[in-house]
Amino acid sequence: MRRTSVKATTKAAALLAAVGMFAAGCGSSSDGNGSDSASNPGGESSAPAATGTITVWADETRTPIISEIGKTFTDEKGVTVKVVQKDFGTLKDEFTTQAPSGKGPDILIGAHDWIGALVESGGIAPVELGDKAAEFQDVAVEAFTYDGQTYGLPYAVENIALIRNTDLAPEAPASWDDMVATGKQLVADKKAKLPIAIQQDPTNGDPYHLFPLQQSFGSSIFATSPEGGYDASQLTIGDQNGIEFAQWLSDAAKNGVINPNVSYDIATGEFAKGRVPYIITGPWALAAFDEGGINYSVEEIPSPGGEPAVPFVGVQGLMVSAHSENAVAANDFVLNYLGTEEAQQKLFEVGGRPSAMTSVFEQSKDDPIYEGFGTVGANGVPQPNIPAMDAVWAEWGKTEMAIIKGGDPAKLWKNMTAKIQKTIDGS
Amino acid sequence: MRSSSGLVVRYALLALVNALAVYALMALGDLGMWKGFTAVLVATVAIDAVYASGRFVPMKYLLPGLILLLVYQVYVVFYTGAVALTNSSEFNQGTQERAVNVILAQNERRVEDSPQYRLTVLDKDGELAFLVTDPEGEVFVGTADEPLEEVDDATLDDSGKAVALDGYTTLPYADLIGARAREITAYRVPFSEDAGDGSLKTQDATNAYVYEPTAVYDEAAGTITRDGVVYTADEDTGYFVGPDGAELTPGWKVNVGLANFTRILTNDDIRGPFAKILVWTIVFAFLAVALSFALGLFTAIALNDPRMRFRRLYRSLLLMPYAIPAIISAGVFKGMLNTQFGFVNEVLLLGADLDWLGDPWLAKVSLVLVNLWLGYPYMFLVATGALQAIPSDVVEAATVDGAGPWNVFRHIKMPYILVATAPLLIASFAFNFNNYTLVAALTNGGPPMTGAEVSAGHTDILITFVYELAFGGEQALYGFASAISILIFLFVGVISVIGFRQTKRFEEMS
Repeated sequence: MRRTSVKATTKAAALLAAVGMFAAGCGSSSDGNGSDSASNPGGESSAPAATGTITVWADETRTPIISEIGKTFTDEKGVTVKVVQKDFGTLKDEFTTQAPSGKGPDILIGAHDWIGALVESGGIAPVELGDKAAEFQDVAVEAFTYDGQTYGLPYAVENIALIRNTDLAPEAPASWDDMVATGKQLVADKKAKLPIAIQQDPTNGDPYHLFPLQQSFGSSIFATSPEGGYDASQLTIGDQNGIEFAQWLSDAAKNGVINPNVSYDIATGEFAKGRVPYIITGPWALAAFDEGGINYSVEEIPSPGGEPAVPFVGVQGLMVSAHSENAVAANDFVLNYLGTEEAQQKLFEVGGRPSAMTSVFEQSKDDPIYEGFGTVGANGVPQPNIPAMDAVWAEWGKTEMAIIKGGDPAKLWKNMTAKIQKTIDGS
Repeated sequence: MRSSSGLVVRYALLALVNALAVYALMALGDLGMWKGFTAVLVATVAIDAVYASGRFVPMKYLLPGLILLLVYQVYVVFYTGAVALTNSSEFNQGTQERAVNVILAQNERRVEDSPQYRLTVLDKDGELAFLVTDPEGEVFVGTADEPLEEVDDATLDDSGKAVALDGYTTLPYADLIGARAREITAYRVPFSEDAGDGSLKTQDATNAYVYEPTAVYDEAAGTITRDGVVYTADEDTGYFVGPDGAELTPGWKVNVGLANFTRILTNDDIRGPFAKILVWTIVFAFLAVALSFALGLFTAIALNDPRMRFRRLYRSLLLMPYAIPAIISAGVFKGMLNTQFGFVNEVLLLGADLDWLGDPWLAKVSLVLVNLWLGYPYMFLVATGALQAIPSDVVEAATVDGAGPWNVFRHIKMPYILVATAPLLIASFAFNFNNYTLVAALTNGGPPMTGAEVSAGHTDILITFVYELAFGGEQALYGFASAISILIFLFVGVISVIGFRQTKRFEEMS
């Protein structure tokens, strides 16, 4: 959530280290045009001679698939696709610091909530989806839209939902109170250790996992602007709805429903041992539940505040660098090779997240897990992609944690709003 | 006369250095990095002069250190200083020209409900032309100077897309790469004689769409007009600024003089929690050094006693905390300090309900204790070394003179140890003063100070506090961050100088 930026000084040191490495790597390094593993096989007579290279930064999961599709591109277009594996967590910062000096890629994968900062720093260029936009889920395209332009080709949608242990709680809860009552009864009967698990970091809180509940009180972070998207100049988190949520959070914590000590490990660990009937989490935790032999279902989060408790939706996609010297080939590869149903199907298979492409998602609906997460996500709101959001996360989480630990909800919430406003104004 | 094998080794090494330097020079020249080129050249000449001739003997020993000092200290400090004088940030990195190009590109809007055209890029005597097929199968051609015009003699492929036209060459894909890629994406073909109808542009040379610009740049006036609002280039802030103060992004890099420094020193938000945080930072760094030194010294003395059995085993075990990366230890401790499920409360304190990381005072205690765990093995190593270096005859002489163990320790061993370790203690203080990793990983500065106007926590040390200020907002402020690093550098530098002065006194005493 928090970005860790590389200081300018480190960059300077890295530059010098690179000079050293140039010297040390004498002979073995490539010539920059990349005679890499993904190079043109050249065996096919119809394949044009390789005339250029486009570089893609991808994470571990997607590198093999993009390399594979890149080979097709090389065969048909004669452009080498060099896929460089990067750590997803640091990819954005690496791109931000390296792209202006020409060391960045032509294409990068990333999360939609990076695009605000990447657009405003001039790092990525618009990607015109054209008529293809209709093939993707609305929430996915909306997520990759900034100031009226689209800046990426989405491929996966990710969100949290309610996961219910169907052995402990056979019935889907009718309401939030119903769920809490069932959970408490199970705890009282010594069948469960916690009524419900909503993960929290004991110091930083976890606003992401609490947001659906906050949203159910009608509380949002920023107002939406008339053209769509969020308006950074209108911070709405501190309004009456927000304070009502803060009050509810305080009560829920006193009531034992939200526990400050239930970290991610504890929440998923206890659920995987069958000692919690309900958990609010995402698809990343499912492997542990399957391993624990838990029978579960994925469904909508009941609303404590009256309005639907919809989560933030995170969308992953492919973006094109504004610094690319090969923008034609980069756009061609992204739109016409990675934007096909076949490619999206492959990206879905390795990623294990509901596809952003409607047709691929529909096919995956036979699996109740994808159906569950996907349906909750389709109703969700994109996590704000404006850079001002960076000023929100840390303070938001710490404040919620202070409220959960018994602080005065209204006072803390107002103080948080003032601090966030200060941070936004200050930068 | 030196041995001939020594000479051979010397020249072989020199040759190797020169070979690497030539390679580096070629690579740097290729990239056009002329500053780096000059630096490597000067360094290589210096190395050759010093080691090939026999005249600069002292320099032979100093040069490697000198080069490393220049590269890793002096250069970095000056570079940071240079950045500190600019507005360099995530949104202000390039030139104004680039900012203009990016802003214009971001502010072209596809004309609503306009069709998607299938495109073939043509060339006529070096000039580009767009051959497009609309969804109905009609074919048009146009250039930058001549608006779209319908043609009926184009060659169509199986799908009905026009792929060639008499009098033009269809550009092969190989020509869409490299130099011409920029030309093609920058190319605009007017839709009609009326400029208000927009123009066709392409990104992938496969499809083209009609766009209209929503922003216009007036180079003479230095303004960008977007949706009727005029934004004027402001050379002080490096942004195009509108009448209401709104800025267009991205901006560009400009020199701002000492503005970053004055902002730190005069900003009320920063000054507010600053005093509290500075005091805690000094207390934390002092306790970190004092406690870990005390514990390290104690264990070193205990394990230095020859009567102790399994000393080697204990010593190896003691190094464990030192061998585990701090970030991992901090994560483990965070779990152990969990109020309800943590090992400390649940097992060690028999179900106590202490909020180790959430209470302002306990969080500080946790931080100091975890740091003690991480830091004392280092002090143990240092103290063991110092103890073993004490000449045994001095200790014996004192014992013969009737000094008891305490007096021997107090008046003989301790001064020896302090002289040997004082510089390391100062270094350790400087390290802990900036111990970002531990604080970020264990408490992340929390719990928050509720009264503060800016994001600040009870366990924030200076570096975590200013990190949040520089990087926690909308964008990362590199110039501001550099200014802060320089101030912290000066602060720690002054403390170190004072510390080293004190050390000198120790040496005179003993």
